[in-house]
Amino acid sequence: MATYSTNEFKGGLKVMLDGDPCSILENEFVKPGKGQAFSRVKLRNLITGRVWDRTFKSGESLEGADVLELDMEYLYSDGDMWHFMRTDGSFEQYAVDKKAIGDVEKWLKEQVVYTVTLWNDNAIAVSPPNFIELEVVETDPGLKGDTAQGGSKPATLSSGAVVRVPLFINEGEVLKVDTRNGEYVSRA
Amino acid sequence: MSDDWRSTASIETLRERARLLARVRAFFAERDVLEVETPVLGHGGSTDPHLASLSLEATTPGGRERLWLQTSPEFHMKRLLAAGSGPIFQLARSFRDGEVGCRHNLEFTMLEWYRPGFSLSALIDETQALIRHVLGRDPGPCRQRRYRELFRTQVGLDPFTASLTTLCQVAERETGMDLHDAERDACLDALMAFAIEPHLGQEGLEVVVDYPASQAALARKHRDPEDGAVVAARFEVYWQGVELANGYDELTDAEEQAARFVEDNRERQRLGHCEVDADVRLLAALEAGMPSGSGVALGMDRLIQLALGKASVAEVMAFATPRC
Repeated sequence: MATYSTNEFKGGLKVMLDGDPCSILENEFVKPGKGQAFSRVKLRNLITGRVWDRTFKSGESLEGADVLELDMEYLYSDGDMWHFMRTDGSFEQYAVDKKAIGDVEKWLKEQVVYTVTLWNDNAIAVSPPNFIELEVVETDPGLKGDTAQGGSKPATLSSGAVVRVPLFINEGEVLKVDTRNGEYVSRA
Repeated sequence: MSDDWRSTASIETLRERARLLARVRAFFAERDVLEVETPVLGHGGSTDPHLASLSLEATTPGGRERLWLQTSPEFHMKRLLAAGSGPIFQLARSFRDGEVGCRHNLEFTMLEWYRPGFSLSALIDETQALIRHVLGRDPGPCRQRRYRELFRTQVGLDPFTASLTTLCQVAERETGMDLHDAERDACLDALMAFAIEPHLGQEGLEVVVDYPASQAALARKHRDPEDGAVVAARFEVYWQGVELANGYDELTDAEEQAARFVEDNRERQRLGHCEVDADVRLLAALEAGMPSGSGVALGMDRLIQLALGKASVAEVMAFATPRC
């Protein structure tokens, strides 16, 4: 794998730090009055999701991380692992463990395309599309006549997520939900 | 449609900027300091090991030649001093490769001025006066700090006598960096940048003086009368944690200047940086005789940024580097 010097650090670059693959978020150039320069770098650890602040001498380098982000369709879960398939026509399948699935478990729906992050060909993270359409499987009965305004109630969706929805929503309806904040957007 | 054709500074800010630049010119006109304009391109570049000079190939009467974009207008202005210009100032476009951030831009405006016959302390006073004049308000009292005393009080070590091991340990502790194989100046720079600078100039202007001899750049060195240590006759002015100006009691000895160019290029080579052509005409000018005196370079964009309360230099430049 190539190495990257601080002057090549830019948002999105994947590098190895303390044994974990990281994605560079920001790189700030710092230099005292006269003298040598430094890079203050924000990186996201792709395994834990934590953000790290690190400082490097200008010209220091980090090893690149063999990280790929690929579109994959969710197939099924066997109880232990979640199975995805590449959408590039190769039909290659990847099994994702509980740690890598994390919170995304509650947004899984068969045949929907997710972004799967691979490190050295192992899935380490999954991110859902920004919007997803899911069916309401459980909620209090809808209120007739109430259309847009007014309160909200919890609804459990087919994927297991619970979101706040307007009072007029009924079981069996399909909703459009924003996965970034877990909020109801509209009826699908 | 992308919006990135727009200027990084608002038109209102550019008006303010023009107003502040007019104040600079008025300040020097009042003091009878001549405004000059010198080339941004030169046959010699800055050999400073920590500056990356840009260069280009140009067709001149001498054929195809490599010319260097100045990192500051210093060399040309010193040649004017040697030619008998008397006190001069310049608002000069300067270039430093790789320097882009909230306080840096690849090309920027340097306010540089030279005062033949001025002591370093007379120039410190004038620099303060200029800053007050441009701000149009009181930045608070001015305090002078010796580099050595600053390190002793801020990070608890003597930067001149501490062992390299101690220096590395303290610098690692204070900055969280891996500095196990770093040299003295790298540790001192790291401490300065992350443990000291952010606290400087919070209650007014703060002027740091008596730098380590290894950081003399183009300043004279002298023996400190109090403790006998050899220090560089240099100062830096800080306000709100930002370094604004860097002044020297200017080196006028051609032989020592030539030796520093050679030493710089040797250091550049060791660090894996390209060699930079030394300015032989500057050496000739020093040989002919440059009057003793002091000079200072002030980052005009930073001063404007702070004067207008902006978060980055990009906000006070028409088109900062990413949009140029």
